[in-house]
Amino acid sequence: MNALPILQRKLLRELGRIAGQAAAIILVVACAVATAVMSFGVLRSLEQARAQYYERCRFAELFVSLPRAPESAAEAIRRQTGVEAVQTRLVADVAVGLAGVDDPIAGRLLSLPERGEPEVNAIVLRRGRWVGAGVALEVIVSESFADAHGLEPGARLSVLVGGRSREMSIVGIALSPEYVYALGPGMIAPDDRRFAILWTGRRVLESALGAGGEFNDLAIRVKEAAALDDVARQVEAVLAPYGAADVHGRERQPSHAFLSAMFHQIAGVGRIAPAIFLAVAAFLVHGVLGRLVESQRQHIGLMKALGIGDAAIGWHYLELVLVLGAIGIAAGLAAGTILGHGLTRLYAGFFHFPNLSFRHDPPSVLAACAVALAAMAIGAYRGVRAVSRLAPALALAPPAPPGYGRTWPERLAPWGPTGGTTRMVLRHLGRFPLRAALTVMGLALAVALQIAMLFSFDALDRILDFQARSEASDFSVLFARPLPGAAIEEAARWPGVLKAEAWRMLSVRLGSGVQARVVNVTGLAQSATLRTLLDADLVAVPVPRQGLALPGKLAALLHVGVGDSVTLQPVGSRRTLELPVARIVEQYIGLDAYMDLDALNALLPGDPAIGGTDLAIDPARRGEFLRALKGNGIVAGISERSAVLASFRDTMLRTLTLIVSFFVAFAALTASGIAFSSAWITLSEREREFATLASLGFGAAEVSRILALENAILVGLALPLGSVLGYGLAWLVAQRLDTELYRVPLVVSAHTVAIAVLVVVAATLLATWTVARRLRRMDVAAVLNARQ
Amino acid sequence: MRGEKTHSVRGLKRTYRTGSYEVHALRGVDFELCSGELVALLGPSGSGKSTLLNLLGGIDRADGGEIWFRGEELTRFDDRALARYRRRHVGFVLQSYNLIPSLTARENVELACAGAEGPIAAADALELVGLRPRMDHFPGQLSGGEQQRAAVARAIAKRPELLLCDEPTGALDSRAGVRILELIERCSVELGAATVLVTHNAAIAAMADRVLSLVDGSIAEARGNAPRRNARDISW
Repeated sequence: MNALPILQRKLLRELGRIAGQAAAIILVVACAVATAVMSFGVLRSLEQARAQYYERCRFAELFVSLPRAPESAAEAIRRQTGVEAVQTRLVADVAVGLAGVDDPIAGRLLSLPERGEPEVNAIVLRRGRWVGAGVALEVIVSESFADAHGLEPGARLSVLVGGRSREMSIVGIALSPEYVYALGPGMIAPDDRRFAILWTGRRVLESALGAGGEFNDLAIRVKEAAALDDVARQVEAVLAPYGAADVHGRERQPSHAFLSAMFHQIAGVGRIAPAIFLAVAAFLVHGVLGRLVESQRQHIGLMKALGIGDAAIGWHYLELVLVLGAIGIAAGLAAGTILGHGLTRLYAGFFHFPNLSFRHDPPSVLAACAVALAAMAIGAYRGVRAVSRLAPALALAPPAPPGYGRTWPERLAPWGPTGGTTRMVLRHLGRFPLRAALTVMGLALAVALQIAMLFSFDALDRILDFQARSEASDFSVLFARPLPGAAIEEAARWPGVLKAEAWRMLSVRLGSGVQARVVNVTGLAQSATLRTLLDADLVAVPVPRQGLALPGKLAALLHVGVGDSVTLQPVGSRRTLELPVARIVEQYIGLDAYMDLDALNALLPGDPAIGGTDLAIDPARRGEFLRALKGNGIVAGISERSAVLASFRDTMLRTLTLIVSFFVAFAALTASGIAFSSAWITLSEREREFATLASLGFGAAEVSRILALENAILVGLALPLGSVLGYGLAWLVAQRLDTELYRVPLVVSAHTVAIAVLVVVAATLLATWTVARRLRRMDVAAVLNARQ
Repeated sequence: MRGEKTHSVRGLKRTYRTGSYEVHALRGVDFELCSGELVALLGPSGSGKSTLLNLLGGIDRADGGEIWFRGEELTRFDDRALARYRRRHVGFVLQSYNLIPSLTARENVELACAGAEGPIAAADALELVGLRPRMDHFPGQLSGGEQQRAAVARAIAKRPELLLCDEPTGALDSRAGVRILELIERCSVELGAATVLVTHNAAIAAMADRVLSLVDGSIAEARGNAPRRNARDISW
């Protein structure tokens, strides 16, 4: 008997009948597939763009910075086993001046070989030409900086390097794989207007820095990635005579590390969020199909009586669910593609790749589709099994009335709610505890997902609050070289300066046992007020007079606590000192150690010195102040605190707002789907009860209240559970984002919980209202007289 | 044992529409009901008897004509007023017992009495139908006959002025059915409710004071039963 075409016609009609539930399932599946398609597509696009870029530019595997070493040392490194190519460079942090721009611009000036392209860490010339050989004052500038200021080849800028300002011509515009994500000194987010990467000829820099035949930076490619540690040890050994060098792999190259952290985060979202959505989809299918089969027992019995096989009927119901899954997948693919393109465009604004466009990741698209269909099938399992197992004679008879009993709250508190309708609701929930538990879980997940996403804004607020409390200066000025302490008095006389406080920063290698990190240690005066150390509760703590203050993350990496000792070796020095850890402080971005300025000076040979100053200035005289410092030979760099914070805030908000809104919308859809489905199943199962209540004189509003009460109880249980789960999920997210680059504080504000709760409550109210409207249109007489 | 007039039905019409298809369930029905009176609506399937019962009970709306209840036009009531009418004045006993499965027999009766004036205590109502020993059982724990007796208790506990019974014995064997009919008869007499009993069984119609025979949506015949038969003497 070829019954399938008829069954397929029936299938289409069933879809029409359960349009609301079908839409809920489709939407949740679409959310799952869209999230996976978007996340893994964006991830693949970024990973491929990075891999191709690295390959094209022969991006280094090992990076070395040190004060100075002769070219002969590089020759020795080239001869080491496992080394494929070595590029020596001179690198200097400089101050950049542009005509008509008062804002301070920090620059990083890198040397290019006199002949040919760099063997390692090549750059991609986008416009213009390479710099000429010799001492011509020509530079190539980074594309993001050029675009931010509308610079083209032929334009000029001044570069303050080696204590002298030089007018240089821009001859080219380029991109570099070292600066896909470009953070200037003292910056916590990219600021293309205030940070320039510049390339010039090696001889220009040798002359500016007085470093003939020497280098201070190495980029190394190794033959086999597995040999990286061995090569690093050999490089350290070769460079040991020139003082401690900071030798590190890509994992500590800032741009690479930031990209990797971002990839890790995207992959996390791509794995966790679709799983949550599909779990919810499976639950919805379970409920809707279970109800559909129950309400169609007699159709099933009839089909069986007509000789249609169990498998064909089971397949009919499975097909219904798979059709919904397929529609959800199609919608998810479309939405995921659109969102993927949008997100890629957003990332293209932060990450400077030569080519970045959204591409699907076929294996994960296929996996998402397969997992979505599998989730549908799992959700349908019980319903389909019930269809297959139903004997025709039994199916044709009405189902046995459900067995109810008193619920445990009633038994425990017989004096409790005695209203008939309240009892009905409690007993109904108690009769189907698994369903109630799953509904509560689904709604709780919708709350949790939002909290885990929305808390990023709380964390951002906390970081901004931290920055505001710890840094009260308007500007921070880095001197071109260490200056005697008296230089602070000169700084205090700069126009507009209200207060000047000295500091000294030193690049050091901190070690404890086998653990070591190259970090900056900053010496602060005991009297410092413009920069404050904060503890974990963001309470100001004094700079320890003896020993180091370490951020918690650095202490954890070095496996040390207060009272333990660490070794400290200034980069470029062969002396190793031992210092106690005197205090653990909070720090969300970067890893910097702090100590007393005098104590730091006492550790170093030579006279006490300062490396820079924090300044409070009169806002009315900002322009005057900046103009006065332009071209000042003692200034190597200026950073403006408000601009640093603004760029950080803007960068974070631009990325967070899109992603978080997207997840809040998805969570709202999920909550609506669950609440709608739950109310619909209740209505469909208990239509006769509701009609009976109507015949007893209960008004539509009173009957609707039963639906509302049931959903209110489920939501009431889900909200606290979801809040706790959300906190846990936020903790997981914070753990996942905890890197050496930055830490995300685990802060969940009442505001965040309130938004998550309100979204779910609003979604539930909307769903309940939709179903209650259907209840009002119920034909009481028809339902009461229908065969039971 | 007719008392004062409770309901007047004039030119009552009801048409059901399914797409372009129309079914004229009632084509203009006139009759009156008095308290204490038991009226049987007799007729084949599709003759309009259940429709008439639903309109009298205020769970359906007429397309034409009027129903008056104690000086008020029921057919002009809004949903809220109809709900109030059902709650205070109407008791239903239907073929499907329509008990709330999550409430015990006693709770089902209590639920129906909420808002009624001077109801019979739930336990007494269940005593009346012989279910007191099983009043704390849930519907799923009762037999069909017991469930229908609980439904009768629920309908009469509020002391309705109108007791509407639609094929109340339809799902029961004849012994249990007779027991239900006896209860309905007794309640009709003792409570003085106007009772309308829908049946397609002429034997059952014999227990009514009056029999209205419906054919094709109209009253084809109205006759009195003098004397009417006692419910216990009926068999089918």
